[in-house]
Formats: sequence, structure tokens, C-alpha cells
Amino acid sequence: MTTRPPKIGRDFLRPDAPAKAAGVEKYAVDHYGENLLWAGVRRAGVPHGLIRRVDAAAARSLPGVRAVLTGGDVPGTNRQGIVHKDQPVLCDAKVRYAGDPVALVLAADRETLRRALALIEVDIAPLPGVFTIDDALNHDAPRLHEDHPGGNALLQATIEAGDGAKALAECDVVVTETFTVPIQAHAFLETENGIARREEDGRIVIIVSTQAPFRDRWEVSHALGLPMDGIRVIAPYLGGGFGGKDGATVQCLLALAAMHADGRWVKMWWDREESFQAGYKRHAARLHYHLGAKADGTLHALHCRVYYDTGAYAHLGGEVMALGMEHAGGPYRIPHTRIEGWCLYTNNPVAGAMRGFGVMQVSFAFESMMDILAARLRLDPLEIRRKNALRVGDRNSAGVLMTSSTGIGACLDAIADHPLWKDRAVWKAAAGPNKRRGVGLAAVFNAMGYGRGLPDTAVAKLEITPTGRFVVYSGVADMGQGNATAFVQIAGAALNQEEGMIDLVQPDTDRTLPSGSAAASRTTYTYGNALIRACQDMRRRILGRASMLLLVDRLEDLGLLPGRVRHPATGREIPLAMLAATLTTPERFCVYQYLMPVVPDPPATGKAFKIGFPHLLFSYGCHLALVEADELTGETTVRDYLAVTEAGRILNPQTSVQQVQGAIAQGIGYALHEDLQVEGGIVQTDDLGKYIIPTALDLPDIRAVFAQAYEETGPFGMKGLGEVASNGPLPAIANALADAGAARIFRSPLTPERVLASLQQGPGM
Amino acid sequence: MTVQFNLNGRRIALDVDPDRRAVDILREELGLTGTKEGCGAGECGACTILVDGVNRLSCLMLAAQLSGREITTIEGLSREGGTHPLPEAFVKHGAVQCGFCTPGMILGAAALLQENPAPTRDEIRRGISGNLCRCTGYQKIVDAVAEAARAIQEGEPSS
Ligand code: FES
Ligand code: FES
Repeated sequence: MTTRPPKIGRDFLRPDAPAKAAGVEKYAVDHYGENLLWAGVRRAGVPHGLIRRVDAAAARSLPGVRAVLTGGDVPGTNRQGIVHKDQPVLCDAKVRYAGDPVALVLAADRETLRRALALIEVDIAPLPGVFTIDDALNHDAPRLHEDHPGGNALLQATIEAGDGAKALAECDVVVTETFTVPIQAHAFLETENGIARREEDGRIVIIVSTQAPFRDRWEVSHALGLPMDGIRVIAPYLGGGFGGKDGATVQCLLALAAMHADGRWVKMWWDREESFQAGYKRHAARLHYHLGAKADGTLHALHCRVYYDTGAYAHLGGEVMALGMEHAGGPYRIPHTRIEGWCLYTNNPVAGAMRGFGVMQVSFAFESMMDILAARLRLDPLEIRRKNALRVGDRNSAGVLMTSSTGIGACLDAIADHPLWKDRAVWKAAAGPNKRRGVGLAAVFNAMGYGRGLPDTAVAKLEITPTGRFVVYSGVADMGQGNATAFVQIAGAALNQEEGMIDLVQPDTDRTLPSGSAAASRTTYTYGNALIRACQDMRRRILGRASMLLLVDRLEDLGLLPGRVRHPATGREIPLAMLAATLTTPERFCVYQYLMPVVPDPPATGKAFKIGFPHLLFSYGCHLALVEADELTGETTVRDYLAVTEAGRILNPQTSVQQVQGAIAQGIGYALHEDLQVEGGIVQTDDLGKYIIPTALDLPDIRAVFAQAYEETGPFGMKGLGEVASNGPLPAIANALADAGAARIFRSPLTPERVLASLQQGPGM
Repeated sequence: MTVQFNLNGRRIALDVDPDRRAVDILREELGLTGTKEGCGAGECGACTILVDGVNRLSCLMLAAQLSGREITTIEGLSREGGTHPLPEAFVKHGAVQCGFCTPGMILGAAALLQENPAPTRDEIRRGISGNLCRCTGYQKIVDAVAEAARAIQEGEPSS
């Protein structure tokens, strides 16, 4: 722990790390409670069908079983969903994916729970399934949600700018390709879980691994017909989230269980297989692209059609696709665009938020297209990107005027100057026998915040305790990304106090204030902006009280120093402990609500998006992958990796590098191995032996550097950078393989079989 | 059945079902929740403990297999009031993000350093390859283990 106030722009060690490394931090899953009951769910096991009967008699009569509940036992609407309320807590009539819950069991111990779940007889009359994008587009396909006006299209939308697709006719060259990406699983190490209890006053308390505690409270209230103030949600540090805990997982089920547990704690903890079967996923997608340019490489027109498989329920599917569409043209100036999207219901697992929210999919397409176009025009792939890179004053491919920090050019320049790029020919030539080497680029961007139509806001709460310490009440969960660290750093810097004087309270709907979800690269930006203002108010309040106590009649004559206020002119000081003791309770708290700015004049397009379009702020990155492929096995190894990121001012280099390296690790997994296989609606890769995430042997050291920038609206000039780096690896590696002489691969992941086949096929475009 | 073993330097005797998993005994009976469970199937390493100084997966061990052993969990790594160089290096090098893999990772690294006190970066990567981390990309973990190895070696003569 440092003994001086934290400095912005310097490494600031995470205050949460010592307790985590000592094994004493209590995650949601580490809560048990006296006399605990275990709750679990019987899942449909079939992807589509009508429930004929759920017979729980045998399960109910098993000793140790406390209750078995089915759809009819759910009070309230029995529907959850962030934007559309279409997902039952317990299915009452129909099941729409194999992970759909049909019965909830409460038992005295885990073994009894397991046996009881197996004893429940579920009779479901199967319906024909919708398992692919083409199935879903077929008008004769069975409908998942009969009352949804769009049929199996959850959302169909268009973004158009300039003259739209017609402008392709004015291009000297047009390249046309189709890309396919699979489902990715978050695979956080702490699976979905929580613990809940009904208190004596009837309120339900839920301690849960969640990215959105305040929204959870609303979900539970709506689905179960409970008053909002009858629910308290507490969100300890998460053992990973990445988007997969942004939305109800165990929350409503646990609250329902608690209503039947007579005041006992109830715990629900999905095992790894259940997490794979029933947890949210990244959308599989198919992306059709036509990209047109002038002979000199100036991008002129883009027409694309994107299809996202959103699975059985709406969740955040429409918003994910909307963000993908907003990014479909890359960080480039393309005057004429038409971007069409279909977000489709299928009987596959529910797709939702995952780091790089819809953008990772299109990044593969647009950055592959840039290399294909460069090859066609015999242009250098870096130069064609520099030529078209967005600058302040340009409109992006969604027609939005870029008005704030837009640093893709600086990222590209940094790559151009880097020895890994300059000396790439030498590196490639040094490939050993049976190895091929290639170097690939990807220029990417990622929006920050919720976008128009959904206020992106946070309410900071700051306390000075009667003993003169400070408490930051965080309303935004920390899933590992380190926003809690940023809050301590920001408060320390803004109040000029040592880290040891600042405590941090993790989100708790009773103690902290609504500050939105841990999502959209927004947490530090939005809450940080609110916190800085709360600190300014606090500072004024402290100095104000000091002015009375020290008889100083101008606040400017006083200084707030670590642990004390000083009057430099006379050298008199008052310790904060003494000062704080004179404050009344209301004076000890400062609360400030910050509302993120939005695009002032959104373009007249994308009208189908109710919320979340367009965005004002983006972070940028340019990645360089040095890749080696084995000619005999097709095995692809990333030998070196450089990522240049522009995310405004870097407040804490260490945690910023953490985010970039971690995002790239997930991106390399997505590029090379990760592929959640679903057959007939059943997840096949349902353990970590079949669903492969990178180990320490699968990743190179990653060079993460930052382009200098300053975002005027950001707290101390920062922008969010939790997601942008995840978008680079797949296209950079695909481009590197093409550079190594393999035929271009249009379907990810870039498995040894695909790479081997494309090496044998030889260079294409 | 009564199972007796040494846990973090203390002798304990527990009356438990011998078929219960060691990870559940530690977490539920003994309240040592620093030992995490990420998969329950031997695939993630989050449940790593040291058994007679060797890293083992407590999700694959039964209570009976603890009998007579010297067990170290993350809570016992820094014993006798001192600090262990590994957790310290993890904090300093930013090797902790969500931290859910961290206890198992640290114990896995401790076992590695017992066996190989001066590992190369590649040897560290190999040594921790049974411990999955979804957050960090491992690089800072490798940095931390390398630094802890140096610290242990430098500290050695005096101990
Ligand atoms: S929980 Fe034991 S290896 Fe994953
Ligand atoms: S720090 Fe999150 S899994 Fe390793």
C-alpha cells in the first residue's frame, strides 16, 4: 500500500489484490449461511416443445426435499428480460431451448438435490427446432414466440448513410465475401451462483455474482411481483463476468426459492456443465460484405447484411446486433453505407452480452475485407488503413460525426514506427523447416456507454466517517476489470488522501446508489465522472468546516492535505479526524449523479433501434500479430503480439495493460480454438476439456502500448478500454495466415484442420 | 469416519463422510473458501491445494485421501505471521484481476518453485499450464512467479 496519495497516470496497485491473493476475499460463491438449503433447476433437455406434464411427486417425497416448484408456482409475470420480457423464470407452457428451467428444487444438501432433480418426470411434446440462421429466416419455420410480430426475427434493422448501397456502382473495385463466426462462451471461473434469504420483515436479500445488481432488483420485482424495496441485491467481487453475468441468471430463481424456505438461506451454484448449457453466450453470426473503393484505395461504399443467432430469448440480442451494425464499417471513413441486420430467434442457447458486444463478429469481416481490398489494389495494408482512418470531423460508417478523441490514426502510426512492423520481412524469412510465418494487422474500435435512448448514468456516494476516513460507495460491480481500483485511485487523487484512508463498499442496493451495469466499457468513465464531482463537493465541505474552525474567511487560503486541512499562511492545521467529528450525518455524505453525453444530432437512420444507437465515444486499437503455422499439422502459434490502444488518458498503466492483455487472450482463444458446438440445440462442448480456452502455453507475451490522447469529457481524460482489444486478434491472425501464404479463411475459429487445408490450397486474395 | 490430517500446520480431526470431496470439506466444513471450484472435473486448477508439498486438485480428492497428509491451502501459505513472496509478487505485478484463479495459481506456482527454484519463463508457463485464468492472459502471472523465484533465492541464505 502506498503512503502517498495516488497519482493519476502512474501505476496504482489494485487494493483488491492482497485479499484475493490471500484467499480471504469473499465472492458470492463463498457465502454459505447457517442451516443452508440448496436450490437447483431441472432443465428441459429438449430444445423446443410443449410441456405436457411435470410430475414431481417422487421428488417431493424424497426425505430432505423442502419444495419442488414449477411454472404455476411463480407469482408475478414469470417473465424476465432486459428489453423484452420474454423469458420465463420457470417455463409454464413451452420450452424454447434445452437449458430452459422447468422445475426448481430446494433440498437440504447437494446430494439430495441431485437425486430429487433426477426424479422429476418431465413430459414435453417436441416441436420442430430452429437451429440455424437459415432455419430462422425460413418463413415456414416454427415460431419461437408466437406473439412476437417479427416472427423469428427479434429485430430487423438498417443503417444507411450517404447514398447507401447504390454507391457501389461508382467504385473502381468491389470485393464481396461472407464470414462466419461461432458461439463463444464466457467461461469465467466462478460459474453463475448466489445465495438468498427472506428476512423477518419479508424482504428478500440476494448475494449474487452479478454485473447489474440494480437491474436485478427490477427483474426480480417484475418477474415475481415483489415490491422493489422488498428486494436487496448485494454484488461482491465477481470471479469473472465478461458480459455473461449482465442479466438474470440465478437471481429470480433464488428469490423464488427464498420465498419457500422459511427464512433459511438458499444457495444455487451452477456447475460447469450447467453454465455451458444454460448460461448466456456470444452470438454466432454470418456476415455478407460488399466493400467498394476507388483505385487509389479510398473507401467509397459498403453494403453488408449481418445475421446474428440470438438463441431462444431476446435478452440483449437486439442491442448486441445494433452495436455490431454500428461498427460494421470499421474505424474508417466510408461515405456511403447500407448495413442491414437480422437478429434471429433460434432454439439455441440464449446469446447476450460478451466483451466486444457484437463488435468482435464484424471486426473479423471488416478487417479481413481491408486486407483483401489492399491485396486487390496492390496497396500496403497499413497504408490503406491510414488513408481511410477516421479523424475528428469525419462521419463514421453509421453517419455519426466524430467530435471527440478519435485516435485510430495515432495507433496506426505507432505500428508503422514499431520494429516488429518495420522488420517483419526478416522475421518472416526466419521461419524454420515446415513452418510458415505471416504478419497481420487489425484496426478496431469499440463504442463506450449505452448510446442514445438509454441514459448512461451513475450516482456516486462518498462519505467522510466521524473518524476522518473516506468511504466510496460503488454502485457498479467489479467483475475483475478493476473499476473499484480506479475509484480508490480517483478519490485519493481528487481528495489528496492516501489509499489507506479510503474504503470501498461494493454494490449493495441498500447502501450504494444506482449506477448502471458493469458493461459497455463504461464503469470507470461514468462512475468516475460522478465520483470526481462528489469529491469536489466533499472537498469544499471539508474546507468550509475548516474555515469555521480555523477562522479563515476564504476557502482558497486552505489546503486539503493527507489526513488534515492546513492554513499555509499561518501553518495552522486541523486533523480530519477532529474536523469530521464536528459534522452532522447529512454533512458527512456527498452524492453526485453524472449523465454521460450523447450524440446531439443522431443521423436519421437505424430507426428500428429503440435504445443504444448511436454512440458518441469510441476507443481505438491497432493490433499486429506475428503468426507461425505448421505446414504439417496446421497448428497456428502466435509468436509475438503488439497492441496499440487509444483510450484517452491512461489513468493506471498497470490495470490498463491488464485489460488489454486479458482481452487479447480471450480474442486469441476466439480466433484459434473456441467454438461452442451445439447440435440439435444441445451444447456438445460442455466442459473445459471440450471447450478449450487458452492456457499459459497457448499465448505469447503481449506488448500493450498506448497512444497518447485526452478525452475532454472523461474523468481525468480517460475513456473505457475493457473491450476494444478483444476485437483485434481474430482478424489480425486471419490476416497473418493469409500473409503466410494460406488461402484466406472465412470461417472461424482458425483450427488446425482449416489452416492446414488453406495452407495446402495456397495463396488467394 | 474420522479423518485426521495436518491443515496449514495444525492437526485436525474431522468426522466426515469419507466420500465427500476434499474441496467441499475445506470450503463447507472448515470455512476455507480460498480454495475455489471452477469446474469440479480436474480441468481448471482453481481448487489446487498442496498435499505433502505437491499440488493436487481438491475437486478430485475424497476426504479419506486427506488422511495423514500435510495439507496447505492458500490461507496457510503465509504462515507464522510472515508473508510469502508469491502473493506479494502477484499483487505487485498486477497478476490478479478477478482473482478467482489466483489461490490455485499461487499454490501451483509454489509447487513449481519447490521443484524448480529458478525456472525460465517457458518453464513457468509449462508449470502453471494446468491452472486456467480467463482474465489475465497469464503474462503478469509469469512476471510474478519469476520475481517470486528470485526473491526466494535471494532470501535463501538467511533462512
Ligand atoms: S475445480 Fe478442480 S480442477 Fe477445476
Ligand atoms: S484473474 Fe480471473 S480467472 Fe484469473
